[in-house]
Amino acid sequence: MNDDLASLQAETEAAIAAAADLRALDAVRVGVLGKSGSLTGLLKGLGAVPAEQRKDRGAALNRLKGAIEAALDARRVVLDAAALDARLAAERMDVTLPPRPFAAGTAAEGGIHPIARTMEELTALFGAMGFAVAEGPDIESDWHNFGALNIPDHHPARQDHDTFYLPEAHGRRPVLRTHTSPVQIRTMITQAPPIRVIVPGRTYRADHDATHSPMFHQVEGLVIDRGITLGHLKGCLIDFLRAFFGISDLPVRFRSSYFPFTEPSMEVDIGWSRKTGELGQGGDWLEILGSGMVHPKVLANCGIDPREWQGFAFGMGIERITMLKHGIPDLRPFYEADIRWLRHYASSPLAPATLHEGV
Amino acid sequence: MKFTLSWLKDHLDTAAGVDEIARTLNAIGLEVEGIEDRGAALASFRIARVIEAVQHPNADRLRALRVDVGDGRELSVVCGAPNARTGMMGVAALPGAFIPGTGITLKAGEIRGVKSEAMMLSAREMGLGDDHSGIVDLPADAPLGESYVTWAGMDDPVIEISVTPNRGDALSVRGIARDLAAAGLGTLKPWSAPTVSGTYKAPLNWKIEDPRACLWVLGRAVRGVKNGPSPKWLQDRLVAIGLRPISALVDITNYFTFDLGRPLHVFDVAKVKGTDLTMRMARAGETLTALNGKTYALTEEDGVIADAAGAEALGGVIGGEHSGCDEATTECFIECALFDPVRIALSGRRHDVRTDARARFERGLDPAFLPDALDAATRMIIELCGGEASETSFAGAEPAWTRSATLRFDRVRDYGGLDLPADESVARLTRLGFAVEARDAEKVTVAVPSWRNDIAGDLSAYRAGGGTLTQFEGLDPARAAKAAEGQAAIEPECDLVEEVLRLGGLDAVPAVSLPALAVIPPPAFTAKQARAALARRVLAARGMQEAVTFAFMEAKTAAIFGETPDALRLVNPIAADLDQMRPTPVASLLLAAARNAARGFADVALTELGAAYRDITPDGQAAVAAGVRHGATPRHVAAPSRPVDALDAKGDALAVLEALRVPMAALQVTADAPGFYHPGRSGVVRQGPKTVLATFGEVHPKVLAALDLPGPAVAFEVFLDAVPDPKRRKKGAPDLPPFQPVRRDFAFIVEEKVVADALLRAARGADKVLIVDVALFDVYRGKGVPEGSKSLAIEVTIQPREATLTDAQIEALADRVVAAVVKATGATLRA
Repeated sequence: MNDDLASLQAETEAAIAAAADLRALDAVRVGVLGKSGSLTGLLKGLGAVPAEQRKDRGAALNRLKGAIEAALDARRVVLDAAALDARLAAERMDVTLPPRPFAAGTAAEGGIHPIARTMEELTALFGAMGFAVAEGPDIESDWHNFGALNIPDHHPARQDHDTFYLPEAHGRRPVLRTHTSPVQIRTMITQAPPIRVIVPGRTYRADHDATHSPMFHQVEGLVIDRGITLGHLKGCLIDFLRAFFGISDLPVRFRSSYFPFTEPSMEVDIGWSRKTGELGQGGDWLEILGSGMVHPKVLANCGIDPREWQGFAFGMGIERITMLKHGIPDLRPFYEADIRWLRHYASSPLAPATLHEGV
Repeated sequence: MKFTLSWLKDHLDTAAGVDEIARTLNAIGLEVEGIEDRGAALASFRIARVIEAVQHPNADRLRALRVDVGDGRELSVVCGAPNARTGMMGVAALPGAFIPGTGITLKAGEIRGVKSEAMMLSAREMGLGDDHSGIVDLPADAPLGESYVTWAGMDDPVIEISVTPNRGDALSVRGIARDLAAAGLGTLKPWSAPTVSGTYKAPLNWKIEDPRACLWVLGRAVRGVKNGPSPKWLQDRLVAIGLRPISALVDITNYFTFDLGRPLHVFDVAKVKGTDLTMRMARAGETLTALNGKTYALTEEDGVIADAAGAEALGGVIGGEHSGCDEATTECFIECALFDPVRIALSGRRHDVRTDARARFERGLDPAFLPDALDAATRMIIELCGGEASETSFAGAEPAWTRSATLRFDRVRDYGGLDLPADESVARLTRLGFAVEARDAEKVTVAVPSWRNDIAGDLSAYRAGGGTLTQFEGLDPARAAKAAEGQAAIEPECDLVEEVLRLGGLDAVPAVSLPALAVIPPPAFTAKQARAALARRVLAARGMQEAVTFAFMEAKTAAIFGETPDALRLVNPIAADLDQMRPTPVASLLLAAARNAARGFADVALTELGAAYRDITPDGQAAVAAGVRHGATPRHVAAPSRPVDALDAKGDALAVLEALRVPMAALQVTADAPGFYHPGRSGVVRQGPKTVLATFGEVHPKVLAALDLPGPAVAFEVFLDAVPDPKRRKKGAPDLPPFQPVRRDFAFIVEEKVVADALLRAARGADKVLIVDVALFDVYRGKGVPEGSKSLAIEVTIQPREATLTDAQIEALADRVVAAVVKATGATLRA
């Protein structure tokens, strides 16, 4: 490289390093690369260079320009970070100050999400029937989600579950629970019968379209006792559905079905009008939940002797019953946190679901 | 599973109509997905003959037809179809008929001076496909005047049911007919296999090299066959259920799959290399080009059917392209095999092949039905394609599937909830094919029919026995053994109770409300659950809208907010931006705030009670009450709008903790909040040195830029699991001294770095008995206060205990306050 360029580079780099703030850095840039900058001048003068040297000289100038631009950028990052640090330091405040004695908003502006509201109502209604609320983790072992529930690896029912998997760890493959049923298993292992629990919670399936969300909510119910029959299952569900929807003569239909973890199994429909969406009349049937007597294998997997204890389990979609109860047409907005939707469907925090005030 | 009404009636003698059949199917567990009556919309269309077709006198593109519609009338029809010709047979619609393809109700009219009193229909006009090149051209022998749908075999409703994974037997028309008959909807017609005698030695031999590949297989050749199209009745049935007719031999195998639930395969003997067909496990690197045109890379876990050249079929899942039958086939070899359902399910899933054969094999077939099925198929081939049958070749043997199950009659009531006479229970089982082996007043023992693999059996190997348990590893061995014994004893009976109940419909079981465990039930919530519910209400009452957001998000975004271990990244995310379990719900809420801001709603307050994920263990999932506020407070005449700040978030977090009855005076705020907060405007709320209850603060400007948030934004997290259970002790007696409190104000000048909390604590500590409250009421910087310092003004409430305090006592106390503050903070009392 020609001496003049080498010294220009050295001078410029020194100036860049010395620039203490962005303003100083920009002054360096203008001095070298600006309209009348030193390097700009050299580039302009390229025409005057003898033709045989022009190519080499041009290449050298371009290399220098690139080097200076890179040095400017590098310094800018440093100075930006320093400027931000300085700003953050200058903005430091005393966070031990007491907060304002009043909130930034009021109860009238805030609201409870319809899913949480439905969970509250479920808790109030099933709580009145002696159920406690149980919970479990979203990330489950394959055994809790499938194996213990009599869904071995080869079971055709697995195909319907569209499971999300996490990386294998210690030879086991964790899953995002596809239903709230693994909490049945956790409950039966740790708690001696009689058991009455509901399990509202998040569930996950790899399915995303207008009527399916990859995350959704279910409520599971489990009753284990002596002398519990399919008749009690029917009674319990009818009592719940009529109270939840507030229709004392809501038609409820039970159809024989199959789930690996119950026997006998049944699907439950409620009466509605497909045309108007109105519940309780119209002569059509809408499938709303699955249920059955807990399979002897499931009991035995949890160490409960099915000769002594028997009971039932059910599961339903919380979004589904929420949409039906409130006439919410679309599933997706439940998770989008659109403030307009939330305000429209929220319920008041000052009116929690209680039996004496009405759910 | 689809079938037509007439097909069902091949097996079921019943007077029931479609509606009653559908109702019964629904009740007994064969859920009706749909009923398609293709003929209903076309019922009025008749087969007609074009007596004469001539050019329309006034239109180049139209023809004038005289049509015989079969009722003695001769009608004038104007028609644009280029293929309309004298003498052709077609389909006519008369005025008043609704034309499904056009959505128009036909009216008689006149087109350019020629009367048009009917319409000749194209396939598209009848809604039967896309063909609109001309009117339907029927064979010359089509019966004039007859209903078109009857003649075309379309007056047969198609019923589709979904068959649950336990009912392999219901994937056949005969199985469905058997269930309906058992439910009282007619009688099952008898069926027996024809006798077939072989006239020559089978040209191919079966070998089972590996018993995992196949349990039992039979085969028989038919030579001298002519494999043309199958007859119309067979084609009609296949088309009705959505299958494409291919050739007589292939159509026959498909027919058996649906009619009797028996998948078969036919090889072209000429194409098989060598004289052996071997059931073996696939070899590493082996491939199969299947009938669907796809090539599968087989694994050593796949069972195949191989000839000398290699794998010819993925046994029980899909046949190979190479050795299948076509029109040139003159000798075919029928395969009738029994595979292990588990292996079929795993192979099918591994290669993502969904075939009618797989659906049946993986649910389990009738293991005793192979010889009869082979005879019936042979007979049908000879009837439709001609030829003569060989002797049977086979390998393996019928598995030992026979087993019994016992039903105690009172269990129908005590488990199923239905008080049913014993005779009725037995009658229902008998109608399903169970044979009574022994019966007394209390119980009946029945032999399970071969086609019910779901009863008292183990689907995995067509064997008797209760199947395998996968008990919890941590169970006490005695408890586990007792439970396993109970399961083995009781499961077959549960199977029978289900059958008995199912056939009568579960609506017959009386509903009984659950008996109360206590007149007044205990709380449904645990203390922790109650805390979450209260936190939700507190935050909503502070003007926040509760949101529910996905627990997973884009890994890159999640990394801004905390650790994103690979162990928490989904292997199969539904979208690339939903692959990482989030480190905090704050991340989801800020994304939501950004979406709202982009819609023109920048001033939002959102909260979520959701999880933060640290690792895959149950304890690695933390319950968090999180919130964000973005933008400014509302504009109001009584309170001007202002930007949200860190103290708003602190207020939210502390409000939750206070509502949860955390002892607030003991809390400390430290400045080491997570990196997504502004380092100088955030804090961590601690109870003792180790327990972190909450974080709060302004969101870091870098995070705002990364999420495209205009800002300002503040956030908080309250860790609900860390909040201790409040002590349910009774409150002590209230402090109600008879003397008036005295309030004294102090102002101190301290360096900027001194935090208010330190000053307040020092003042409080000056006298723990007399000083009951210390409140900061002013922070001042400016004139009179040196640069780099601030003035903090506090109100100290002094509560006399024994007697009213004298001025001197008060002064002495004030001095102690000043001294304590000066000592702790280096402050000077402001003059």
